[in-house]
Amino acid sequence: MIWRVVRRRLAVAVPVLAATSAGMFALGAASPVDPAEQYAGAAAFTTSPEVLAQIRANWGVDDPLPVQYARWAGNLLRGDLGWSTSRHEPVADVIAARAGWTLLLIGVTLAVVLAVSLLAGTLAAYRRGGLLDRGLRAGAYAVESMPVFWLALAAIAVFALGLGWFPAGGLTTVTATGVSAGDVAHHLVLPVTVLAISQAPWFLLFVRDSVAQSLRDDHVLAARARGLPGRVVLFGHALRTALLPFLTLIGTHLPELVGGSVLVETVFSLPGLGAVSVQAALGSDFPLLAAITLITTAVVLAANLATDLAYTAADPRVRIDG
Amino acid sequence: MADLTVLRRPRPAATTAAILLTATILVVLTAPWLCPLDQSAVALDRVAVPPSLPHPGGTDDLGRDVLHRAVYGLRVSLLVGVVAALAATVLGGLVGGIAGLLGGVTDRILMRLVDTLAALPHLLLGIFIVAMLRPGLGAVIVSIGLTHWLSTARIVRSELLTLRTRPFIDAAICGGATRTRVLTRHLLPHVLPKIALATTLMIPHAVWHETSLSFLGLGLPPHLASIGNMINDGQRSLLTGAWWASLVPGLLIVAVTLAIAVLAARWRDHLDPRVRAELDL
Repeated sequence: MIWRVVRRRLAVAVPVLAATSAGMFALGAASPVDPAEQYAGAAAFTTSPEVLAQIRANWGVDDPLPVQYARWAGNLLRGDLGWSTSRHEPVADVIAARAGWTLLLIGVTLAVVLAVSLLAGTLAAYRRGGLLDRGLRAGAYAVESMPVFWLALAAIAVFALGLGWFPAGGLTTVTATGVSAGDVAHHLVLPVTVLAISQAPWFLLFVRDSVAQSLRDDHVLAARARGLPGRVVLFGHALRTALLPFLTLIGTHLPELVGGSVLVETVFSLPGLGAVSVQAALGSDFPLLAAITLITTAVVLAANLATDLAYTAADPRVRIDG
Repeated sequence: MADLTVLRRPRPAATTAAILLTATILVVLTAPWLCPLDQSAVALDRVAVPPSLPHPGGTDDLGRDVLHRAVYGLRVSLLVGVVAALAATVLGGLVGGIAGLLGGVTDRILMRLVDTLAALPHLLLGIFIVAMLRPGLGAVIVSIGLTHWLSTARIVRSELLTLRTRPFIDAAICGGATRTRVLTRHLLPHVLPKIALATTLMIPHAVWHETSLSFLGLGLPPHLASIGNMINDGQRSLLTGAWWASLVPGLLIVAVTLAIAVLAARWRDHLDPRVRAELDL
């Protein structure tokens, strides 16, 4: 059963990944930037045309497009991600050095968002129309309309430049010789908080509506009738049934989280994948940007599949067809 | 059962939003006549002046009036937002329409495709598209249109599928209406309001996408006033204490997107009162 779901999902995900990569490659090929001249940099003006032609021949950039695409995709599948033209190092090295920080940022943020939205959303649903409910909802709508990078700048202005509680950017203190957990944690407080605040409204409003609905279910009424304490009814019965659709929401919301992390990493100058993909984009570095986009896409698709499988496992009534 | 008179109650939030949005749109549309702006002008004799009467938004590190440029930035952002939202709607409407009208295998394949595409990180894809097309107005619109059509496709498709089972469609077919007539006279009038609502709700998203790309330096050329460019410039000024350079354009975009969201929510309640009655009270 589970394997059938996995198979059916892969039957769509793999063609989509292939089509995305082909589309990206076509866009990259249509880009007006000449990879050989870009590789040479400022030296392109003094390099002889023969040398440039030699570089072009070595890289095969004048081959027909399908041939180039097949070579690129084949290399990707064999684990050879290519050479970053803007950073002058292997793409695999760039990604390996930075993926961990992005995962850390997204992971910690997700944990914070889940904990806060589950608790606050449930309490808001319990007293619908109360002070907490109205305050949270107004706050959620307001935050939803704020660009995350603007929120980040505001946080830097107040907590880093104004109060001096936290550093304004980077991952370690400038004078530090190594990477210590405490230092990193101190540097991550602001980015994680900003990203969490910008992502929380979605989750919070969803939990609130979902719990509000399940509070009217018969089994919640029954729990109340049995005289169970309010806390148990709320968290043990109402929240528990509301939790299931929440699982898929996490999966569908991951792309937003990735987008947010790109912006937050850029503002806080964190050495993650998001910040480096922006630099790659500014430098028209096709191999690096394409590899990061494709790998992130694959990871998000896999995470989506995982949340759906968890959903099927948690609720035997659900049959995902396909 | 919820009290339905709630739908008739005056709503100060919606009224405020409507007034704010109308005023903003008027100012933004008449800006070239009201307060012409020379995009390349600098005034180094009044650099980084804090907000004051002659410059309500202060001036930036090149002496340019922040509020004045923010109005022009909003002009560009809203233009991009509306055009890109329309492009996304046309694309999504086509896909959703085909899926909803043909049904069956076509519907299943298209919708599975939409589900999978929705899982792609759209800001990264948007960055990729813009980077390869060379940053600029057109590239930004293409980038938004290609990444934001999925929700419209879903809405159109599900509306069409529900409508198809309704008796008045059967009646029209029994009455001898052609396919084209059923589509244009019976289906479209029911779907159009939902599409219009979806487009409106899309505008804030399109605006954020544009400001994000401009902020990253991948949107409009840096000398042109755009909200994203201005907040990016403001990032530098922040270190010298000029907080207003990024605060003012940000506040403007927050106010406008919030107003659009409030009005769209009011509109949605109007189209589907049951949702509000069930969930909100």
